[in-house]
Amino acid sequence: MKRIVSFITENFEKEVLESFEISSGLLRASNMTEDEIIEEISLSGLKGRGGAAYPTGKKLAQSAVFKSDVKYLICNADEGEPGTFKDRDLLKYDALGVFEGMVISALAVRATDGILYLREEYSFLIDELENILSQMRSKKILGHNILDTGLNFDISIFSGAGAYICGEGTSLIESIEGKPGRPRNKPPYTKEQGLFMKPTLLNNVETYAAINAIMKNGYEEFIKYGTEKSPGTKLISLCGNVNSPGTYEIPFGVTLKEIIEKIGNGVKNERNVKFVQIGGISGPLILGKNLDIPFTYEDFDKIDVSMGSGAILVVDDQTDILDFLDAVQAFFKHESCGKCTPCREGNRQLLNVLARMRKGIETESDIVNIERIAKTMKYASFCGLGQTAPTALLSAIKNCPEEIFRRGEQHA
Amino acid sequence: MRNIKLTIDNQVVVVPEGTTILEAAKKVNIKIPTLCHHPDQKIKANCRICLVETGDDNLDTACSTFVREGMKVNTKSKLVRETQLGVLELILANHDQDCLKCVRNGHCELQDLCEKFSISRDDIEIIPPHDIVIDSKAMDLLNPAIVRDYSKCIKCNRCVEVCREVQDASILAGAFRSTDYTVQPAYGKTLSQTLCTYCGQCAVVCPVGAIYEKSEIQQVWDAIDNPNLHVVVQVAPAVRISIGEEFGFKPGTAVTGKTVSALRRLGFDQVFDTNFTADLTIIEEGYELIDRISNHKTLPMITSCSPGWINYMEGFFPEVIDHVSTCKSPQQMFGTLSKTYYSKTRGIHPSKIYSVSIMPCTAKKFEAKRDEMMTNGIPDVDAVLTTRELAKLIKTAGIDFANLKDEEFDNPFGITTGAAAIFGATGGVMEAALRTVYEVLTDKELPEINFYDVRGMEGIKESSVKIGDLEVKIAVAHGLSNARKLMEQVKDGKSPYHFIEIMSCLGGCIGGGGQPICTEKCIKDQRISGIYYMDQNMPIRKSHENPYIQKLYEDFLVEPNSHVAHELLHTHYSARHL
Ligand SMILES: Cc1cc2nc3c(=O)[nH]c(=O)nc-3n(C[C@H](O)[C@H](O)[C@H](O)COP(=O)(O)O)c2cc1C
Ligand code: SF4
Ligand code: SF4
Ligand code: SF4
Ligand code: SF4
Ligand code: FES
Repeated sequence: MKRIVSFITENFEKEVLESFEISSGLLRASNMTEDEIIEEISLSGLKGRGGAAYPTGKKLAQSAVFKSDVKYLICNADEGEPGTFKDRDLLKYDALGVFEGMVISALAVRATDGILYLREEYSFLIDELENILSQMRSKKILGHNILDTGLNFDISIFSGAGAYICGEGTSLIESIEGKPGRPRNKPPYTKEQGLFMKPTLLNNVETYAAINAIMKNGYEEFIKYGTEKSPGTKLISLCGNVNSPGTYEIPFGVTLKEIIEKIGNGVKNERNVKFVQIGGISGPLILGKNLDIPFTYEDFDKIDVSMGSGAILVVDDQTDILDFLDAVQAFFKHESCGKCTPCREGNRQLLNVLARMRKGIETESDIVNIERIAKTMKYASFCGLGQTAPTALLSAIKNCPEEIFRRGEQHA
Repeated sequence: MRNIKLTIDNQVVVVPEGTTILEAAKKVNIKIPTLCHHPDQKIKANCRICLVETGDDNLDTACSTFVREGMKVNTKSKLVRETQLGVLELILANHDQDCLKCVRNGHCELQDLCEKFSISRDDIEIIPPHDIVIDSKAMDLLNPAIVRDYSKCIKCNRCVEVCREVQDASILAGAFRSTDYTVQPAYGKTLSQTLCTYCGQCAVVCPVGAIYEKSEIQQVWDAIDNPNLHVVVQVAPAVRISIGEEFGFKPGTAVTGKTVSALRRLGFDQVFDTNFTADLTIIEEGYELIDRISNHKTLPMITSCSPGWINYMEGFFPEVIDHVSTCKSPQQMFGTLSKTYYSKTRGIHPSKIYSVSIMPCTAKKFEAKRDEMMTNGIPDVDAVLTTRELAKLIKTAGIDFANLKDEEFDNPFGITTGAAAIFGATGGVMEAALRTVYEVLTDKELPEINFYDVRGMEGIKESSVKIGDLEVKIAVAHGLSNARKLMEQVKDGKSPYHFIEIMSCLGGCIGGGGQPICTEKCIKDQRISGIYYMDQNMPIRKSHENPYIQKLYEDFLVEPNSHVAHELLHTHYSARHL
C-alpha cells in the first residue's frame, strides 16, 4: 500500500534523517501566496484528523483573517484517546514532515509562534524532536525570514501534564497558560482570541503531516486516493484482538472487514469479532456482523458514527460487553474535568447502574434511567468529553440491547 | 449595533447583536431556568440547566449562546424538558438535600428549580436515593464570620468570580477533577488559613446554602432570655433600607420604625441607632483629617469603617497602614460606648451589658472578635447579626413585620443625622465627612450640602473640594479590586489625594455580605436611592449638628481626638501574614 502522508516504511523503521533535505512541499509553499496555499488545501478536501473533521482549508481561511503581531499555531499532540497512537508514530518516524506542515500553515495564516503540545507520555521523543527543530533552524526553515518569505516563525515544545481533557482545544490552551485544564466558553473563538488571547490556529499532528504531503505532491495526487467525499488517505491506529496491530495509512473506502483481515491479519486466535469501537474510547460500536461498511466519512455518517481520530479497536467474542462499557465509563469518570454537572456527576451514576447490571440486579427503572442519564450527558455536557462519554454505551443500547440488559442473569 | 431577529417559542423577538438567548427570552417574558448565571457576572455555563433547543436535535445553554439571525429557539420541547430534568437530578445526586435544616430554605435557587420541576420522589427518578453520594469535604467552621458547607455546593463558580474579580482576594478556586472537583481555598485550606477578608460577597452570590454567615442567633436569644443581662442593640444605617425586602417591601424602602418596633418585641432592653456612632465617627475622623492636613502628617488619609476593607488592607497592602484612619468603625465605637459611657450613666456594670449589633456585613462579625476590640477580655460588641439573621429572628418570633407600627430609637443613641444615614452607600462617609470638615475649618455654612460627584455605582469616583484656601482632593472606591487601584498609588507614594474612602463591597454597605440574598446591581441602585431619600428628609444633615453628639463630648469625651476619645474610639492595625 502506498503511503503519502506518512513516511512510515513497511517494516516500521525510522527513515534515516542524515539525508536531511528541505522538503519540496515547503519550497513550493514559499513561492505561493497565502490564498494559493489555502486554496490548495481546500481543493484537497482535507478534514481535521484530530476528531472533529472540520474542513482544514476552511479553518485556515478563517484563521488567516485575524492579523496580529503575535499569532500562535499549535500542533495538538496530546493524543490522550485510548487506542490512538498514530500521532506518536508520525512524530517518531516523520516529525520533520509534521513540522514542515506547521511552517506551511504558518505561511498561510502568517503565524509567528509555533507550539507542539506534546503528551507527557511522549516525552521520550523530546530529544529527537528538539534535534530536528535545531536542524531546521540551521537550514533556515525556522526562525527569521524563512525562505525569504518575510515570515518569522519558530516552534517550541510544550509538554502536557497527562490529562485527556487537554486534547480539547481550549483546555489545551488553558493548560499552556498555566491554568487547570478545563474548557473555555466560546465565544471568544480560538481563531480570534486563543492562547494568551491572541489569534491561534490549532490542528492535529496528522493534519499538519497531510498538509505537508499535499503541498509536496499537489492536491491532485492526494485526491487520487479515497472517495469523492473522503479524498486522500488516513492514518489508522488498529488495535485490540487483531494479529497485527499498529499504525497504518489507508486510502478512504476500504471496508472495516478488509482492514481487520488484510491489514490486521485477522482476529487473534481466529475468534469472531464481537464489535469494533471507532475513533477511540469516545467512539461508538459497530457490531461484528456489520463490518462491510467502507471506512469513509459519508458511510459512517449514514449510521451515525463519527470517525474521530481514526482508531479502530477490535473486540472479539470473548469479551463481556458490560465489562467493556464499565471500563469505558471508568475512564471518563477519571478524566472528566469536573467543571459541568452532567459529566461530573453523570459518569459516576452510569457506573452505579452498570455495576448493578454486571451483577444482574438492575431494576426496571435502571433500564430506563441509564439511557436517560447517558442522553443528558450527551445533550447537556459543556465539552466534547462529556458529550461523547456515553457514546459507546448509547450505541450498545441501540445496537445490542439484548447483550446488555440481562436482568437476573448472573454474570461477571 | 446590528439587530437580530429570531423566534423564541414561535414569538418573534428583535434584539441587538450580542444578546444571549436568555436575555432575549426575558424580553418576551419567557423565564428560562438558571443556576450558575448571575446578572452581574460573566458567562459560566457550567451548571447546564438553562438548555434550549436551537436546531434539530441540538441543545444549547441559553445563558452562553448568542442570538443568530433567523434562529428558532424552543424553550420547552420534550427534549429540553427531559434534559433539564436530567441535569437537575444529577445536581441533586450530589447534594445534601436537607432543606428543612438549611440556612437557605425558602431563599434557594436550587430549591426554587425543584419546585418548578415538581421534583418529587414519587415521580420517575433518574437517580435513586441509594445512589445519591455526598462525598464533600467537611464544613469549614473555623472563623467567626463565614461558614462553608461543601455538601451544598453545586460548583457554579459564582463565589470564585466575585472573590477574584470584584474583591481581588482570589481566595476561592476550583480544585481537583471529576467528582472530586471542589470550590475551595487553594490547597484545601480553611478560610481562616487564608487572607480571606470575610467580606461575605461569596455568600451573597451563592445560589444555594453553601456559603453563609456564622450564625449568632442562638447567643442573642440566650442573652435576651437571661434575666441578669441588659441587652442593647444597635442597627446599622444600611439595614433599615434592605430588611424590608425580606418582608415584601420594595428594595430601597426605609423601614426604620418597624425595625425598631420589631427589636423591642424581640425583647431587647434598649434599641439604639448605629447612625449615632456614625456621626461620632465623622467627628473623630474629620478632626483626624484636619490634624493630618494642618500638621503635614501622613496623607492621603483613608477611611477605616469597613472591616472587610481593613482585613484586605492588613493582608494585601500593609504598606498603607499609616494612611488608614485610626478611628474604630461605628459598630465598635458603639460597642465601647455601650460598655463605658452608657454603663456609667445607667449604673449597670459592663459585665451585665450584652451589646448586639445588626449589620449588613459578615466582616463585622470578625471585627467584633478582634483582640483590639476587647476591653479586659470582654468584647465591646458581644454578638453581630446580619440583616438576614435579624429577618430570621423576626420570622421565628412570629412578628408580623409589615404591619408593625413605627417606633423611635431609644436615647441617648437615638437622634441621628442625614450624614449618618448615607454611611450605608458608597461615597456616603466621604460626603458626611466633607459636610463637617468644611464647616469646622471655614466656620462657614456649606453652600451646597450635596456632593453628587461621590455618589453612585462608578467603581472609583474622584473630586476636589475647595475648603478655605485648600483644594482638598478626594477619591472614593468600592469593591476591593477598585480599592487596589488606589492603594497601588498610595503604596508607590503617587497618590494625588488628601482623603480616600474605601468600602469593601460594591455599592457600599447596602451591598454588604450580610444583606438579603441576590443583591443584584439593579437592587443596589434602588437601595442607594432610598438612602439619599432618607438623608434629604432628615431634619439634621450634618454630624456636628447632632445635639446628642455635642452632649456626649461635653459629658464624657471632652473634645474630638481627646485623650479619652483616643483611648476608647481609636485603634491600630497590623499586617496579616499567612
Ligand atoms: C476531550 C477531547 C479530547 C481531544 N483530544 C484530542 C487530541 O488528543 N488530539 C487532537 O488532535 N485533537 C483532540 N481533540 C480535538 C480537538 O479539540 C480539536 O478539534 C483538534 O485538535 C483540531 O485539529 P484538527 O482540525 O486538525 O482535527 C479532542 C477533543 C476533545 C473534546
Ligand atoms: S463535559 Fe464538562 S466536566 Fe466533562 S470535561 Fe467537559 S467541561 Fe469538564
Ligand atoms: S441549598 Fe437549597 S436545595 Fe439545598 S438543602 Fe439548602 S435549601 Fe435545600
Ligand atoms: S468572604 Fe470575601 S474574601 Fe473571603 S472568600 Fe468570600 S468573597 Fe473571598
Ligand atoms: S459555594 Fe455557592 S457560589 Fe460557590 S461554587 Fe458553590 S454553589 Fe456556587
Ligand atoms: S445558567 Fe446557563 S449553564 Fe448555568
